[in-house]
Amino acid sequence: MATILDTRDNAPPDQDVDRSAIVVDQVTKRYGRHTALERVSLDVKRGSVLALLGPNGAGKTTLVRVLTTLLQPDRGRASVAGHDVVAEAAAVRRSIGLVGQHAAVDEYLTGRENLMLVARLLRMDRTESGAAAEAALESFGLTEVGDVPVSAYSGGLRRRLDVAVTLLAEPTVLFLDEPTTGLDPASRRDVWALVEGLAAHGTTILLTTQYLEEADRLADTVAVIDHGRMVATGTPAELKARLGGDTVHVRLADPAGLAEAVATLGAMSLVTVVDQGQDGVMVRGPDGAALLPEILRRLDANGVAVTAAEVRRPGLDEVFLSVTSEQAAVPADGEQTDQVPAGDRSRHRRGGHRHRRRNHS
Amino acid sequence: MSTPTASHQAPVHGGAIRDALLLAWRNYVHHLRVPSLVVLPLMTPMIFLLLFRYILGGSIVIPGVSYVDYLVPGIVVQSITFGATQTGVGLASDVNQGITDRFRALPISRSAVVAGRTLVDTARNTVLIAVVLAIGLVIGFRPDTDPARLTLAVALAAGFAYAFSWISALIGITMRHAEAVHDAGFIWIIPLTFASSALVTVDSMPAGVRWLADVNPVTNVTDAVRALLLGQPAGDAVLWAVAWIVGLLAVFVPLTVRAYQRR
Repeated sequence: MATILDTRDNAPPDQDVDRSAIVVDQVTKRYGRHTALERVSLDVKRGSVLALLGPNGAGKTTLVRVLTTLLQPDRGRASVAGHDVVAEAAAVRRSIGLVGQHAAVDEYLTGRENLMLVARLLRMDRTESGAAAEAALESFGLTEVGDVPVSAYSGGLRRRLDVAVTLLAEPTVLFLDEPTTGLDPASRRDVWALVEGLAAHGTTILLTTQYLEEADRLADTVAVIDHGRMVATGTPAELKARLGGDTVHVRLADPAGLAEAVATLGAMSLVTVVDQGQDGVMVRGPDGAALLPEILRRLDANGVAVTAAEVRRPGLDEVFLSVTSEQAAVPADGEQTDQVPAGDRSRHRRGGHRHRRRNHS
Repeated sequence: MSTPTASHQAPVHGGAIRDALLLAWRNYVHHLRVPSLVVLPLMTPMIFLLLFRYILGGSIVIPGVSYVDYLVPGIVVQSITFGATQTGVGLASDVNQGITDRFRALPISRSAVVAGRTLVDTARNTVLIAVVLAIGLVIGFRPDTDPARLTLAVALAAGFAYAFSWISALIGITMRHAEAVHDAGFIWIIPLTFASSALVTVDSMPAGVRWLADVNPVTNVTDAVRALLLGQPAGDAVLWAVAWIVGLLAVFVPLTVRAYQRR
């Protein structure tokens, strides 16, 4: 299996504030001796969706809390919507919305009252607040339960109300901290549709998740965080490609053609032969579906008959497991050389964007 | 998905009182919907009132005054200090429900959440004062006062309740766990109310405790309320009580707001 390490956390982020909705620069946060975030850097382009992916306790929520002004970083800087999260916290709060892990709605108030309260706190007058609450209930399908106390709501309804309340402020940058954890599949799809809808209207979204499927489906960029460090960043396709891309398995009509097939495919620039045997040749390349016609054409031209060809695409799970398990295997200041050690990254601190590939069995 | 398009450009300054009142409304609605929030705080003072009037009171002799007259003003002050511990419990449960994060991420006044809650808790405590006085009348309390002195007595007690709500808020914000905050409330409130002039005279206590009771703000406030209700000279005691209330607020309001911002 291939493993990858991205040392993006050490690269100075692109400071193009005009195009970035969120810039995180070397942020460190400690709780006593526990390091929740270690020199984390990140850049989220305006209007894009970033999924912050990581196991429990990886530092996802800590980063969200820093970016939403709920927590101050010990070191490093971060800005959201062009404002520093520490020095200009009030300006940040006017631009953001936060949907936390627990639905932040008042149990004893009705759905409408929850909406009204926050609308009024956002300086709408009584009439505007009433209209805003009504519209929000309507668009989130909560009209029927609008006048029922939230204590009677199901988890899915609570989450919907929670999001509706958050969106009253019309945030330009929206933070969703594990928005689908604990939801049934239907409610989860509701949240997905919502994220897609908001993204289509230009809202910048940072969502944290433990679900690869969710990151894969929603995110323009995926940042994998583990033990407080950014371990990989890229589009879902890029992350998968870093595993070595897709594999294409070609079955030959006659095993005698194997040598010719290996020679033919080995000559292709984008392709690496990874396995060969009785049932054919396995190659790896960046985009299997695009490579397949070329592979078949070349084999055909060189007289190799093919009975079947199969493209297999690695899932984000494989990326995730490879980067996170590798982190877990490395002691904090490890000097191991047969893996990608944490210490190794510091040597490349100025190296900017760098990935490493390494095969180990 | 559509969101309302009302104009709501939030001004950078001002609005602190408005924010606090809006959040006070939230806490007020809680009291309407959750009767136990109103009923339970009434129970403890009732129990103490009856306990000391009918069980322990018979063997307590306070020179120059019938014990029920001495007791009722003491229970007034004791009950509001107990009542103030609810502020911390409520804030801690807000934190646990995550709604504190909602308010902290909104562009609103930093003090609004605590200010709103202490306001409503103090209003509830003022109702409690009236109830204790009314029950007191039923069980034999015979005050010697006038409307002005009565109003001043209630105002001092309510002001003291307000100051204690802020202390309780600080405990709630720093301790975070509602149950722990509730238990902690008893740890500081029980000694504070018993080592005071609320239930017995300070003179009856051994020297060390007496010193504690003398410097205890509960003693000062109780003495002021008692003097105002029993027609005794109250000038000094009232000044001390006011000084305590102002002093506690001056210390604990900034501390609490800062703790709220930080957490």
